[in-house]
Amino acid sequence: MSKPDQPATRDDASDRAPSPGASAGGVQPAVTRSGTAAGSRWPRLFAHSARQLGTFGGLIGLCLVLWILTPHFLTVSNLLNIAQQTSINAIIAVGLTFVIINGGIDLSVGSIVAFSGVVMASVLARAVPVPIAVLAGLGAGSLCGLINGVLISFGRLPPFIATLGMMSVARGGALLYSDGRPISGFGEGFRWLATGEVAWIPVPILLMIAVYAVAHFVLRRTPFGRYVFAIGGNEEAALLSGVPVRRYKTLVYGASGLLSGLAAVVLTARLNSAQPIAGISYELDAIAATVIGGTSLMGGQGSVVGTLIGALIMGVLRNGLNLLGVSSFVQQLVIGAVIILAVLMDMTFKRPKR
Amino acid sequence: MNAPSPVLSLRDIRKAFPGVIALDGVDLDLQAGEVHVLLGENGAGKSTLMKIISGAVARDSGDIVFEGVPVELTGPRHAQELGIGIIYQEFNLVPHLTAAENILLGREPKLFPGVIDQRRLVREAQQQLDDLGVALAATERVSRLSVAQQQMVEVAKALSLNARVLIMDEPTSALTTQEITELFDAIRRLKERGVAIVYISHRMEELFAIGDRVTVLRDGRHVGTRAIGETTMTALVRLMVGRDLTEHFPKREAAIGEEILRVEALRRNGVLHDVSLSLRRGEVVGLAGLMGSGRTELARAIFGADRIDGGQIFVHGKPCAIRSPRDAIALGFGFLTEDRKQQGLVLVLSVQENICLPSVSRLARAGCTQPARETEMTAQRIAELRIKTPGPHQRVMNLSGGNQQKVVLAKWLCTEADILIFDEPTRGIDVGSKVEIYQLINQLAARGAAILMISSELPEIIGLSDRILVMNGGRIAGEFTAAEATQEKLLAAALGKN
Repeated sequence: MSKPDQPATRDDASDRAPSPGASAGGVQPAVTRSGTAAGSRWPRLFAHSARQLGTFGGLIGLCLVLWILTPHFLTVSNLLNIAQQTSINAIIAVGLTFVIINGGIDLSVGSIVAFSGVVMASVLARAVPVPIAVLAGLGAGSLCGLINGVLISFGRLPPFIATLGMMSVARGGALLYSDGRPISGFGEGFRWLATGEVAWIPVPILLMIAVYAVAHFVLRRTPFGRYVFAIGGNEEAALLSGVPVRRYKTLVYGASGLLSGLAAVVLTARLNSAQPIAGISYELDAIAATVIGGTSLMGGQGSVVGTLIGALIMGVLRNGLNLLGVSSFVQQLVIGAVIILAVLMDMTFKRPKR
Repeated sequence: MNAPSPVLSLRDIRKAFPGVIALDGVDLDLQAGEVHVLLGENGAGKSTLMKIISGAVARDSGDIVFEGVPVELTGPRHAQELGIGIIYQEFNLVPHLTAAENILLGREPKLFPGVIDQRRLVREAQQQLDDLGVALAATERVSRLSVAQQQMVEVAKALSLNARVLIMDEPTSALTTQEITELFDAIRRLKERGVAIVYISHRMEELFAIGDRVTVLRDGRHVGTRAIGETTMTALVRLMVGRDLTEHFPKREAAIGEEILRVEALRRNGVLHDVSLSLRRGEVVGLAGLMGSGRTELARAIFGADRIDGGQIFVHGKPCAIRSPRDAIALGFGFLTEDRKQQGLVLVLSVQENICLPSVSRLARAGCTQPARETEMTAQRIAELRIKTPGPHQRVMNLSGGNQQKVVLAKWLCTEADILIFDEPTRGIDVGSKVEIYQLINQLAARGAAILMISSELPEIIGLSDRILVMNGGRIAGEFTAAEATQEKLLAAALGKN
């Protein structure tokens, strides 16, 4: 987020050093300004969360409206239900947030969900221990993602093209592998991953929370996260600063694949069935959650916290419209409008004053 | 001075952005047929003033009088219709269209509604170009034109709008000496046609070559307007910075030590041919040459940014394989790129994130970044380099050019690089910041770094270097000591005349 108090038109930025509170008169020595440097973390923290606060406000507002309109909305069971239904999209959207901050796009996540699902299910069908089957599913997802990454960073394909290809390849792979038929009926141990609870909280919600906690930490507190931002903001500058750009780009797509694999685990366990046609249009939901959450499609800016709020907004909206008995046709329309509205508002706030 | 009534006059223009007063009561009169130079350090308010004149920014108060009539500019389009054109440093051309299509973009002559009269379009555009004295076919695609030619297309575009006032923002920053001469010829033709030109440049020598009057801004205030013939460079610099800049090229006493870098027969097919050079501790080596002579390519090849096809690089006497900038940085290289916005900085990230980018892995503990240490390191560099920023978390895009350049420098101070390659370190930054950058280069050399400095400004190269290499056609075409170098000798070598 740009700090709101900057005259940030493009050329202005090149010509004017903002001097906070300094009137135009008199030349101030720069040293006195930098003296306050260490203390200025707060405005930045605020600037970051200002955008998220707005989105969060939207989520709360939406909940309030639904609470007034329908008595069933604000019940513990319904809220848990929403969180659980949101978890799959939310997990995929974390991967997309990384990819988009990195300056790319991943259209293949939905197909990877299907592919990882059938691979895992076929392993489960051979009575292999659950953790090994889950690892196979995660591995299949990661592999697809890494292939995307290699094609993009070493093959220099545009991300849109590479992942569009993978979208079809992984779907075809899933259909071929499963012969077009769903693989169903798993043991209790595996299904616990979707139906189980720890301290009354369903496992998918816990998984989602864990993924977000780790992703937030990685993005904000590790060199990997810093490089994701730097590459998305200016790949050439990152390269010339010694960032191993290709390695990290590959890893980012690998991470997106891995998270799609994790989403496949939750989905398969919940449905008690792996479908080769699962996950269709999941990429659009995940992109929508990311964008509503304030991540810039231009790269270099964004946060997973925003994405979580974005995914929740979509989940609450779907649930609320269902409770209100709105037809699924109208739901599509409303969700589309919300996406457009969210980005429109974002741009209005970000746009510099004329 | 106001005997003939001015084309455009500004009275007491004020503009404040939140937290910054950009303009604090500025007056300006433009006469028909004059080149009016606008001078000021980065941040003095030149850009804001130009944006107000061209309608891109609305003023807070003050009067704008155009041809005797007070006007209220509603936007860039309105200004254009009145006859006020502006040519920005970054051109607004559509690269895949032809020169003619760009010149008359949005105003194409029509055969009948909805269908463009292609022949008239080309004819009218060609006329504009010919009037400017530019040898350029209007049917050429803009993407195939040189920077200078693109600029002429911009000028032609402004003139096709019957511009009475033309603003040129740093028009020569990317031009060769020859192209500058041609630009000045075109400007003189514009003067004859009675166009008033506002000319912004940091290159003082140009002002005396082309300007008629000069107005100096400092900190958003009008500090003086002078006829060019009645002033001197020293007087103008004093007006701009509010003090005397005693030493333009500060001298340094650095002991030159052992050899740190040796490059032998470096080759990159079609670009670099058997280039050899060496750098010693405490030494500043200037690298001169015309654009396209291979200077930047040499820097990138040494730094591992471009593949090399042959040759050997020795650092501290040991042969090294540098396959990526990462390898180079690990060996102690730092590279300040020619184009800081495209290659040097991640503009959407903060000062701190940029300064620490090459060091973030080294600073990390147990896989975690260390924000406190980064902030500390950044604060230290901000103080040391006197970077004007509200704090380490300010986005780099909000800093002025000179301060952005200091951020790039700070990156390499943090990695403790001892082989520094500076590519046009002072391009597009103001006089005051330039001198600061010179002093920093000297300090770095005094601390024992070896510096290779590429520059198109010959006085700068001669003033700072211990030794000067000149490139031509991807080869080293000459080597001079600081004592024997003159602008004439360097230029002759750069042109390949020996």
